[in-house]
Amino acid sequence: MPFKIAVASGKGGTGKTTIAINLFHNISKEVTPKIQLIDCDVEEPNDILFFPDAKLNSAQPATQSIPTIDNSKCTYCRKCVEWCEFNAIVVIPPVGFAEINSSLCHSCGACIVACEYGAISEKPEEIGTIKQYSIDPHGIISEGRLKIGSAMQTLLIKQVKQQALDDVDFIIFDAPPGTSCPVVETVADADYIILVTEPTPFGLYDLKLTVELVRDIGKPLGVIINKAGLGDHKVHDYLSEEHIEILGEIPYRREYAAQYAKGDIFEKIPGEIKAQYKSIIQKLLVRSTSYEGDNHFKW
Amino acid sequence: MKTVITCKGNNQKAHFDLRFGRAGWFCLIDDESGDPTFIENDQVEVTGGAGVKTAEKMVELGVQKVISGHFGPKAKDLLDKFNIQMVMIDDDDQSISKIIARLNK
Amino acid sequence: MKEITILSGKGGTGKTSITAALASIARDAVFCDNDVDAADLHLILSPTVREEHVFSGGWTASIDVTSCIDCGICTDHCRFDAIHRNSFNNLEINPFKCEGCRLCERICPVQAISSVRSNNNSWFVSDTRFGTLVHAKMGPGEENSGKLVSEVRKRARELAKEYNASYVINDGPPGIGCAAISSLSGTGMVLMVIEPSVSGLHDSRRLVELIDTFSIPTFALINKYDIHPEISEEIKLFLKEKSIPLLGEIPFDKSMVEAMVEGKTIVEFDDKLEISTILKAVWKKLEDFNVL
Repeated sequence: MPFKIAVASGKGGTGKTTIAINLFHNISKEVTPKIQLIDCDVEEPNDILFFPDAKLNSAQPATQSIPTIDNSKCTYCRKCVEWCEFNAIVVIPPVGFAEINSSLCHSCGACIVACEYGAISEKPEEIGTIKQYSIDPHGIISEGRLKIGSAMQTLLIKQVKQQALDDVDFIIFDAPPGTSCPVVETVADADYIILVTEPTPFGLYDLKLTVELVRDIGKPLGVIINKAGLGDHKVHDYLSEEHIEILGEIPYRREYAAQYAKGDIFEKIPGEIKAQYKSIIQKLLVRSTSYEGDNHFKW
Repeated sequence: MKTVITCKGNNQKAHFDLRFGRAGWFCLIDDESGDPTFIENDQVEVTGGAGVKTAEKMVELGVQKVISGHFGPKAKDLLDKFNIQMVMIDDDDQSISKIIARLNK
Repeated sequence: MKEITILSGKGGTGKTSITAALASIARDAVFCDNDVDAADLHLILSPTVREEHVFSGGWTASIDVTSCIDCGICTDHCRFDAIHRNSFNNLEINPFKCEGCRLCERICPVQAISSVRSNNNSWFVSDTRFGTLVHAKMGPGEENSGKLVSEVRKRARELAKEYNASYVINDGPPGIGCAAISSLSGTGMVLMVIEPSVSGLHDSRRLVELIDTFSIPTFALINKYDIHPEISEEIKLFLKEKSIPLLGEIPFDKSMVEAMVEGKTIVEFDDKLEISTILKAVWKKLEDFNVL
């Protein structure tokens, strides 16, 4: 079974994507070629942008099952309306009107169970696409891409996660920003969670919210401080008070930010940053081997 | 013809309510029977779909015209389907009696 | 009264710092933090809470083990894989996975399942040195963030009307999903904050596609334009193609972070900085647009 790591952060733009793709790149090069990166930031999937030579293996539509009512069988009893917690069904007996509003439907299936006349059936409606890419020389990247205008991001994340392969050693989930249901869905299957933060008041505040969430879920976590050197020391103070492990600190370098901006991040990595990634990965390997019970990964 | 005006209270002095799905009350005016009646909105507290449910109620009441401040897209779709006219007013300082007076002009 | 929403698609492009700066420039506005999930605007505006409200989230089901007969009907019907066996071999509901559809509760043959509504979300009306702020705090892992966004926006609009304020300024959430949709729906105009990186450009393209479906007048700002001037040029081409006016280009300046650390807006931090001057000009242009 693969060791599954989720990279998350409450605040946006702290460097989740940078960290996730660097871990993917370095692990695939130095530790094991059997690694998969799953981009769960389905609203704005960016991981693949940094791999212009990626080869597309498969693309498939992701769908949500939307129920429809067959008016010829409907008796307008309104039982489905009573069972629908999301107010998605409109039945108006005097005028013989029965319809389900797909944008309110959560596809829970309650109306189908409720209907005693077999008048409700489901058909798929597209909410996005799921793609899988091969990366040269090693590794697989999977991504979910939400259809514009769809609000079903959590369902799409659930489906993208089903792309997880069994015959890899590591899986990295790149989470969306925030602390609400899409993040919970992303980290739910992870064995270990990396929280990425920046040493600023916004970074700290959102980090606290995310730590609270991860502790509620009951998963082990460690923190990477990105853009170290900017801002203040309060993130460090908080982490030491809470006895949270700092996996590493990536210093802020303007030239490196420019390289990231351009999309080429694996070339000319400053030595100090490379050393940080190496030490972070070594810490993760210890975690993975204590999880696996064996010790065949090394950098 | 039946008309509904969304309002904040259950009498003619009550102010107009800009919200459709989450309006406090509905003032129903039936041209044939004369006096307006007030119906309490039971959708005020639901988490979602208040607009659609309220539109459904309008169809059930057999209303032809609804006067409110703002109609959401889902409510609009349903009201359109049943050819119910939507009239939008942007001013909630008016009392219901004032709007009724304007209607009768 | 005009409603302005600040959005970006990508997170961390500077939405909140820019909203806060506009707050210190704009007179006569009500402010509203639409990023209910990881709300930060209050860290700069330091609000004094005047009203606090509870926002009820969805339902969460739980099983009473003493009455459960272990028939497994609920597990078969749950489409969210929320029901599993715990270490005591009892059926149990994972509250984080439960969608709140209450189907299990209805089909349980022995009524062993009941649901409660979560009360983990709150929203506030507060006083700040720039005027009134409507903001929220979501419980960790809560759903329905779109609903909470609609709720705070509604209150901000009501207050703006009450005070006769000219503007509601919304600090938007990242992404293009349910929270972003709720923050766009019915707003008067959008100010996009774009960062010159491949991700920043990619994400703003998707955002523009979403805004197009609402046909809302849109303006743009490039933040940290000098981090990568070539991509800034690419962004300008894209904006031109989409006929989105570019209101300003903000240079990278560590003062932005220093101001944040001091809990100040960039304009309060140093009124003479180039960024402050640019943002004042941006606000002027937004106001002029509204007059026209």
